[in-house]
Amino acid sequence: MSRLLTYLFGRLPIGWLQLSHNKARLAAAVSGVAFANLLVFMQLGILGALNGSTIAPYTMLSADILVSSEDGNTLTDSGNVARTRMFQALGVPGVASAAPLYIGNLPFSMTDGTSVSLLAFGVDTSHPSFVSPVIAASLGALETENTALLDTQTRGVPETAFHGLLEGKPFSFEVNGQTMTAIGTLEVGGGFLADGTLVVSDQTFLRFFERRSSGAPSHILIKANDNVSLDSVVERLEAVLPAQSVKVQTLEGAAKADLAFMSTERPTGIIFGFGVLIGIIVGIVIVYQVLSTDVADHLREYATFKAMGYGQPFFLGVVFEEAIVLAIFGFIPGFVVSLGLYAGLSAVTGLPVSMDASRAILVFLGTLAACTISGALATRRLAGADPADLF
Amino acid sequence: MTENAPIISTGLNHSFGTGEARKQAIWDVDVSIARGSLTVLMGPSGSGKTTLLTLLGCLREVQDGSVRLLGAELRGSDEAQMVMLRRRLGFIFQAHNLHESLTASQNVLMGLQVHGAGNARMQLEATHHMLEIVGLSDRMNYLPGSLSGGQKQRVAVARALVSNPQIVFADEPTAALDKESGLNVVAMLKALGQTRQTTTVMVTHDNRILELADRIITMEDGRIVNDAET
Repeated sequence: MSRLLTYLFGRLPIGWLQLSHNKARLAAAVSGVAFANLLVFMQLGILGALNGSTIAPYTMLSADILVSSEDGNTLTDSGNVARTRMFQALGVPGVASAAPLYIGNLPFSMTDGTSVSLLAFGVDTSHPSFVSPVIAASLGALETENTALLDTQTRGVPETAFHGLLEGKPFSFEVNGQTMTAIGTLEVGGGFLADGTLVVSDQTFLRFFERRSSGAPSHILIKANDNVSLDSVVERLEAVLPAQSVKVQTLEGAAKADLAFMSTERPTGIIFGFGVLIGIIVGIVIVYQVLSTDVADHLREYATFKAMGYGQPFFLGVVFEEAIVLAIFGFIPGFVVSLGLYAGLSAVTGLPVSMDASRAILVFLGTLAACTISGALATRRLAGADPADLF
Repeated sequence: MTENAPIISTGLNHSFGTGEARKQAIWDVDVSIARGSLTVLMGPSGSGKTTLLTLLGCLREVQDGSVRLLGAELRGSDEAQMVMLRRRLGFIFQAHNLHESLTASQNVLMGLQVHGAGNARMQLEATHHMLEIVGLSDRMNYLPGSLSGGQKQRVAVARALVSNPQIVFADEPTAALDKESGLNVVAMLKALGQTRQTTTVMVTHDNRILELADRIITMEDGRIVNDAET
């Protein structure tokens, strides 16, 4: 290590030698940085899961534009839209087709008494183009009364049920005194609002949600004609549909708005975002403490180097070298432990908690930046190194 | 006073503290030290010899009077000029001040690397050669914590001399050494003066080494009270 750093710096790696000389302090410092990394990774992981589960339902849909209730917050947290808006929309130039989408939360109990909450999507089986290919392939089967596609990542449902489904054996369960039969599977993943996802026909949906009306779907999905600007179609729809009761967004724009809402307006998003900030502050404080103590402990040596003719850039280099060493050495264990915790958390909660390269790089760069800030703060102590005091 | 002497001080005064707590440590010191000489500063504790050493050695800001070091006026010099001047000097401290994380060899190497990266292999050879000269060839990779007081001081001497400084400032360099080691160190400094024209200014209470000095300056209460060539 010393040889490598000597080669890289073109001088003795004083910072590394100082840190590695006191093994206990190095271990404590690395543990501190690793802990701060772990905090940030976990918060980002959960925040990522929140975002992932917010976006996931959109993967089941295939549409260009979404017409929603004006007071709706997200795809799954929205009021109803009068179906007449769909017919109005069909009359707007540029609109090729439209279909209603029904969404509701369906709680049911497993035979072992476990309560599971499913987010049910009721789709128009006559419009396969509005759903993903996996769902479209099963739309014919869903026309059978009380049949459904069940999310394989649903929390609380025994894995054996999915094994049977994958082998073509239907899995029945009871909801609101009626029997629902899962005839196929899809993969969406659990979220913060429900344990899993269920896709049914609009007719089955209305049968299970007795208070819902076919005339009031949750959203209206719209496909635009080819080679037509989506923004212009949105503008035309907004001109026709009453702004006080509905909002018109592209599907992509709606997904982004959902993410923004969940991240900045829902307590969960704010809490996890705040957790990231706390992790960063903890990391800065830990590294600052380590570096400032190290500078204080070596003031006499630094003063000697000043007497020998070493200038301020050398000392700044040493402190920043220490900061970078701590950042790298702290990041590695923090990253590895986070991978394990992500896997454990994902297995236990069913949430899509996973590491991706961009997050790892972001946290690493953030760690470098935080350690550099700490180093910059610690360099103020260098002023105390006065070579005249050596005599 | 010799115009081309490496160290010339004129009307040098220096005080510590302010207001009523102000205490003058150096009074009107005029001194010129010849190139290649070994000059000893003597005097009781508090006589101002160490303060004078730090003023002449570019380690303390000159308040009043003049110090010309290697042709450069120190009064009014900025930090960058002071740093560049210090690279032409060597310092030997009573407490040796070795870096505890660095081996003997690495400590000495620091005395060379201040001048720039250079050729690493040549720097290492020069370092090892210097440690051989001070009799520590078998302790090159030892950390200071594993060296005796005398060995540490010899490493400090090697560190000060490895870059062939034009002037060496030493504060009680023999305090931690036995008589023979102490004489060896001072003899080495004297030999450098003869072979490389290195000027040495040394604060010491050690009477055993006075016979090697070219000049002995005695201070009392911040003033030079005796200045004798031997």
